[in-house]
Amino acid sequence: MDLKLRVWRQKDRNSSGKLVEYDARDIDPEMSFLEMLDVVNERLIDSGDEPIAFDHDCREGICGACSATINGIPHGPHRATTVCQLHMRHFQDGDTLTIEPFRARAFPVIRDLMVDRTAFDRIVEAGGYISVGTGSAPEANTLPIPKDQAERAMDAASCIGCGACVAACKNASAMLFVAAKSSHLNTLPQGKPEKERRVLSMVAAMDEAGFGNCTNQYECSAVCPKSISEDFIGQLNREYFVASIKQQFTTK
Amino acid sequence: MKLDAKIPSGPLESKWTRYLSEIKLVNPANKRKYEIIVVGSGLGGAAAAATLGELGYHVKCFCYQDSPRRAHSIAAQGGINAAKNYQNDGDSVYRLFYDTIKGGDFRAREANVYRLAEVSAEIIDQCTAQGVPFAREYGGHLANRSFGGAQVSRTFYARGQTGQQLLLGAYSALCRQIQAGTVTMFPRTEMLDLVVVEGHAKGIVVRDMVTGEISSHSADAVVLATGGYSNVYDLSTNARGCNVTAAFRAYKRGAAFANPCYTQIHPTCIPVSGEYQSKLTLMSESLRNDGRVWVPKEKGDSRSPQEIPEEDRDYFLERKYPSYGNLAPRDISSRSAKEVCDEGRGVGPGGLGVYLDFSDAINRLGLDTIRERYGNLFEMYERITGEDAYHTPMRIYPALHYTMGGLWVDYNLMSNLPGLHVIGEANFSDHGANRLGASALMQGLADGYFILPYTIGAYLADCKGKRPPTDHPDFRAVEKEVEERTRKLLSINGKRSTQSIHRELGKLMWEKAGMARNADGLREAVSRIPGIREEFWQNVQVPGEGGEINQELEKAGRLADFLEFGELLCRDALDRNESCGGHFREEFQTKEGEALRNDEEYSYVSAWEFQGENQEPVLHKEPIVYDEVKMATRSYK
Ligand code: FES
Repeated sequence: MDLKLRVWRQKDRNSSGKLVEYDARDIDPEMSFLEMLDVVNERLIDSGDEPIAFDHDCREGICGACSATINGIPHGPHRATTVCQLHMRHFQDGDTLTIEPFRARAFPVIRDLMVDRTAFDRIVEAGGYISVGTGSAPEANTLPIPKDQAERAMDAASCIGCGACVAACKNASAMLFVAAKSSHLNTLPQGKPEKERRVLSMVAAMDEAGFGNCTNQYECSAVCPKSISEDFIGQLNREYFVASIKQQFTTK
Repeated sequence: MKLDAKIPSGPLESKWTRYLSEIKLVNPANKRKYEIIVVGSGLGGAAAAATLGELGYHVKCFCYQDSPRRAHSIAAQGGINAAKNYQNDGDSVYRLFYDTIKGGDFRAREANVYRLAEVSAEIIDQCTAQGVPFAREYGGHLANRSFGGAQVSRTFYARGQTGQQLLLGAYSALCRQIQAGTVTMFPRTEMLDLVVVEGHAKGIVVRDMVTGEISSHSADAVVLATGGYSNVYDLSTNARGCNVTAAFRAYKRGAAFANPCYTQIHPTCIPVSGEYQSKLTLMSESLRNDGRVWVPKEKGDSRSPQEIPEEDRDYFLERKYPSYGNLAPRDISSRSAKEVCDEGRGVGPGGLGVYLDFSDAINRLGLDTIRERYGNLFEMYERITGEDAYHTPMRIYPALHYTMGGLWVDYNLMSNLPGLHVIGEANFSDHGANRLGASALMQGLADGYFILPYTIGAYLADCKGKRPPTDHPDFRAVEKEVEERTRKLLSINGKRSTQSIHRELGKLMWEKAGMARNADGLREAVSRIPGIREEFWQNVQVPGEGGEINQELEKAGRLADFLEFGELLCRDALDRNESCGGHFREEFQTKEGEALRNDEEYSYVSAWEFQGENQEPVLHKEPIVYDEVKMATRSYK
């Protein structure tokens, strides 16, 4: 199949970028989207041009590195699929594809389709963990956990930290990301002791990183490659509410 | 070169506990004064960096990804072994130890493997406490599944995303230490060389992958947790960025590289679909618990799988290995698949595939159970192939997946180069010639949480002399070499992309040093690789500049090392005139086509020492001595 690509090209964080058009001819529908970009890049290199920079690594939908917005949709049109797992069979011969980086104030573009997502790491550093040092854990089966609780925690824990939720949100909010992490840990009994501290510090770190507010449109959940449910945002809101009230009473 | 494995004396079961009680400790007040560099942030690296930070050391952790959470450990699906005996099916530390030694085809070090089995149970406790959402039974207790190469059920799992969940656990522990200020994290930073000062590894030279700046970091000790080298084959299940550079640079600075020819082929990957293929996707071997592997009995049978009746199907694993059946170890399953495809009975495009059929399991257990067990794997398969495996059998084919070889280490996980420690897949020590399923995660975390943080003390307590400053002439010299090499890569300005040359190397490696090898093929590879290397250094095109994000430059640097390393791998395979584990030499097989080991002549670890550019490396042998187990022919019939 033959495609027309309009790709965001930007030299570095401080330069301004623009969309540049490329022809992608003879694309095999069995290729993945990134393999299509590989082919385009090999052709660019052969003709002495600079290839399109994009983040990727595992190419199997789990590391969360790949990130691109295709025709306005983070990770492209196929539901619950990262761009590395998106296959060209989902496009039509003759399609025009506009390929841009994930856009958000907290994710500055550093080159072409690559953005800086270290703000996510800072949120986890603020409290996305259970404080248990190596060697101090009790025997694992001393604490039975109901299967449905474990399953719910696992649903939340499936987040791959790609940032599509932020890119899809008109306010560039990171609520789904934060909610997934806090709900994973807060749902489990091991995570309960730090539950309140966790939500307060993670939300504070999120605000500080420049992410916007959540206005409950749930575009985030719709584009999430792991289909993380917006229910977790509800859980985070409730836990945050309780935690901030408690905090007010304890500080007074 | 002296290879002293430093195995503690005494009976096998008490070596580690005795070692722990006798090890020299670093005074807690002094720990703050030590700096440790950890390269890599996968299970081994993140666990080690976090634990070393908790112990009070100053840690600098480096990874090439934009976040430590993306290291390739994240892609492991199936599970993690531990000798908990929760199923009361007769498991024990000894049994896990024995299975690992046997699975490794009697080419692993006894004391290391026993220790691995010993700490396995603690890993599950640690991860559970961190909030890793392992699968549970209705009663709330942890669930287990069985895995290839074992007759007990000892594998813990979190859906098909066990690696992800364990890595996120280790990453969260790491984040906690970053917040506490004990660990400084350097993402998007690639180690390009090791710095050795007065015979000790004292630092690294790195490239900031965003600004292109090349700089040095010094430390009291260096830990490499940089994973394996499957990408020397270009196509493998590894992430595209996985590379051998850190380990190979260490080798060129004097660390011995052990058993590079021990590579593992994974039997359940999605077959290649075309020339453009950029990676192979693995589907967890746990699928073999419920899926049955078959091909048509007749070659060239072009009927669709549903049209082929039972009597025309050959369930070749069940036929050849009745007691293990579809759960036969990886190397055996892979080779059997290759055999039937070589006979012309393969299925799918190009005939390079076999069926993995779930229809019996669906009839027996119901669709819901299968969906619950493997739902995400079936989805993954559909996403890639466009086929629905609930209704038509999957097609699978073996692919390069894991490498058992790695830098040589002693019992302390320290290489022959003092100060340089190597953990996880990057070292050679625990899996012998073949690794059992669900044991990679176990080893990465064992090394990172429970072994290295203590054994590194043995070096530090003795390590006199402070770490050198980074303006030390030895640092300056290495920095200069790295800069020079970068300049050279950028100035070749030839006609071929890095990827096209990598593809060429990969094809040659797969054909001559892949699933089955022979002396002629290996000799041919050894003679042809220098030509590809030459072509690379004359004719590669690396566009862009050094002082910016330049992914082609990164790829070219990694390929340059693969082009030398591939030759070393083939030399090792050529030296080993026997078949064992993942190393199958066609000349050495039984009448039934099984691997034929030669314990008399080859019970040794091959440790290769670098001799200089374009010089043949020297082979050193560490004999493998078993006090506890008897070497036996591995039989899974
Ligand atoms: S490259 Fe890892 S999720 Fe896409």
